[in-house]
Amino acid sequence: MSEGQNGSIVQVRGLRTYFPIKSRSLIPRVVGQVMAVDGIDFDIGAGETLGLVGESGSGKTTAARSVLMLVKPTSGSVKIDGTEITGLNARQLRPIRRKTSMIFQDPYNALNPRHTVGAIISAPFEIQNVKPEGGVKRAVQDLMQRVGLNPEHYNRYPNEFSGGQRQRIGIARAVALHPELIVCDEPVSALDVSIQAQILNLLHDLQNEFNIAYLFVAHDLAVVRQVSHRIAVMYLGHIVESAPRKTIYSMPLHPYTRSLLSAVPVPDPVRQRQRTRIVLQGDVPSPIDPPPGCVFHTRCWLYERLGKPERCRTEEPLLRPFTTDQTVACHFAEELVGQGVGESAAEAAAAAAALSATPDDDEPEAGADAGATIQESPVQQA
Amino acid sequence: MIGRLHKTAPGGSVAVADANDDRPFLEVKDLFVKFPTEDGLVHAVDGVSFTLERGKTLAIVGESGSGKSVTAQAIMGLLDRHQAKVSGEIWLDRLNLLALKPAEVQALRGERMAMIFQDPMSSLHPFYRIGDQIIEAIQAHRSVSKSAARHETLEMLKRVGIPAAARRIDAYPHQLSGGMRQRVMIAMALINSPALLIADEPTTALDVTVQAQILELIKQLQAEFGTTVIVITHDLGIVADVADEVAVMYGARIVERATTQEIYEHPEMPYTLGLLSSIARMDRDVTGRLEPIRGNPPSAIRLPSGCVFEPRCPYSGLTGGLSKTTRPELLPTGSGTDHLVRCHLLPEQRREIAAEVMGKLRSVKA
Repeated sequence: MSEGQNGSIVQVRGLRTYFPIKSRSLIPRVVGQVMAVDGIDFDIGAGETLGLVGESGSGKTTAARSVLMLVKPTSGSVKIDGTEITGLNARQLRPIRRKTSMIFQDPYNALNPRHTVGAIISAPFEIQNVKPEGGVKRAVQDLMQRVGLNPEHYNRYPNEFSGGQRQRIGIARAVALHPELIVCDEPVSALDVSIQAQILNLLHDLQNEFNIAYLFVAHDLAVVRQVSHRIAVMYLGHIVESAPRKTIYSMPLHPYTRSLLSAVPVPDPVRQRQRTRIVLQGDVPSPIDPPPGCVFHTRCWLYERLGKPERCRTEEPLLRPFTTDQTVACHFAEELVGQGVGESAAEAAAAAAALSATPDDDEPEAGADAGATIQESPVQQA
Repeated sequence: MIGRLHKTAPGGSVAVADANDDRPFLEVKDLFVKFPTEDGLVHAVDGVSFTLERGKTLAIVGESGSGKSVTAQAIMGLLDRHQAKVSGEIWLDRLNLLALKPAEVQALRGERMAMIFQDPMSSLHPFYRIGDQIIEAIQAHRSVSKSAARHETLEMLKRVGIPAAARRIDAYPHQLSGGMRQRVMIAMALINSPALLIADEPTTALDVTVQAQILELIKQLQAEFGTTVIVITHDLGIVADVADEVAVMYGARIVERATTQEIYEHPEMPYTLGLLSSIARMDRDVTGRLEPIRGNPPSAIRLPSGCVFEPRCPYSGLTGGLSKTTRPELLPTGSGTDHLVRCHLLPEQRREIAAEVMGKLRSVKA
């Protein structure tokens, strides 16, 4: 297996993906930009899982799609196996596509209802012109067997399968050509809880078997924790913290990571009712007009606790290495060292203070961009 | 039934009110809901019975198709009487809702009982200002002036944490974020102080930090107004957070019912055990692989004839074939307990299995 620099399958640097907002006049003009992904860096090693977490609008899905050039990044660099792929055309991308694939959230929409399962899973072989030993049908039936489908169902249509089985079809298609990287966009969030575990185990086993790297995008922190080696937390187009799984859950250093973790209820009534929850005020600001300085300062409890330091409003915090394997984008991350998660009295006090603070009247409203439309194609800058 | 005829429904002689003071605040008895479809009869709710005391929070936990939402819709009288065949009894505050006429149920809806949904846009009309919609909800049930109703609306919007409520009262639903719309829907549901609030997956569409805000809000409002709450969810974390009691539904039936503490500490039904051990959880060490429940949920058209969980149950072999042939009843696990289980395994067998499964689960505590 060939690898890029630093042994990484994926190397992302300064990735920006903006979507233009055009006026609804006769001759549309670009009147603004949705800064969905605004300068992120990460690496994924061979056979490694990077979990990308964040709330809706954080840019995690756009980031994942940009890595596969499913949306064209506005600027920045994406290297797959050492090859720079931004700027490549469809024909040049084809050999890269063979090394990558994707698993989608909605197994109902990701499969063509008019194609048989056999046709769906054999598509990668045909598109890449791969002729497996023993023929495509045999290879597809082996794959079906491997992901837990009955190979005799080769000629059935997607509507004859349950949600969990459809996700297995999507997974068989994704692993067909033994890719080095699979982008999984919320692969279990549409499935019932008793089925989620089956799919997560399958992904785990396939990774061990084929040494696949996953970029795993999800909002469910318990699921991400289950599958990831490293985790990057996104907020409003930025990665605010990145660390190995154990570290990010035991010693998170960004105030947003802490509130996110404290907000997830644990399935244990005694512990759940003892935990201190950091309740954030308001909603995520609009990515059209993100706050200046630190993008999180408008909802940050640490900012409140420190007496609203000016630096948070004026200077954008860079993602800086805190220890050898933990990076954090907060000017005041040192303040949180040595404090437990969700259980310290100081945090409880901070949360209470943040609660009593008057809600910000000036938060952007969803209707603020009325009269403008958001284009699906990203802006091309330089 | 001990109840006396208190009020006769117009045009019928069915008992709709019951003077029996012992009847719990909410009692659902032998509820069946069937939908005839082209493929066959869908058994959406198959003999559900439970009671709930005033001021308590009950969580109905289950996966899609388990019948939890249809049970709620039956209580609210939201099922189309032409499409759904509903039988059984639903007593709310000593009124038998299933014996009432649709118009009478409509009069109760919003006033005695209200519901919030996963998607706030299913309650909010996109063409009308949110304030006007809440004012209409007030005036539908009470004769108050428009200005008094508007004042009340404004207070409620503030109460549910809408920032700049004086301005937002005239906003249209699309001008608000998802979390804000959810708050508006809660404000509308609570404006007439209903005795019963049913929340059907109230936070599933929301981000975790917003979910935390909404759950806090529901808890606060319940404490303040003494509302009885039924939360329908598939998230065992939310159950642990808000519920006093839990009913676990599977295959259109309640398979286990107990206090929240009991369900998490001494679950007995193999489905509940499977659910608790299959989820990825933040409060346990990661072990690489999870313990899934094998197979898929049953079809509501062809429910298994014995125990609904039998085809997926790892322990069904221990019942000597009983779980294949005979439908188990929801029975107390021991004398004098309100912990009910629908399972053919002997109580000793269940406890032994539960001790082993829960022991394994606790051994990986983070």
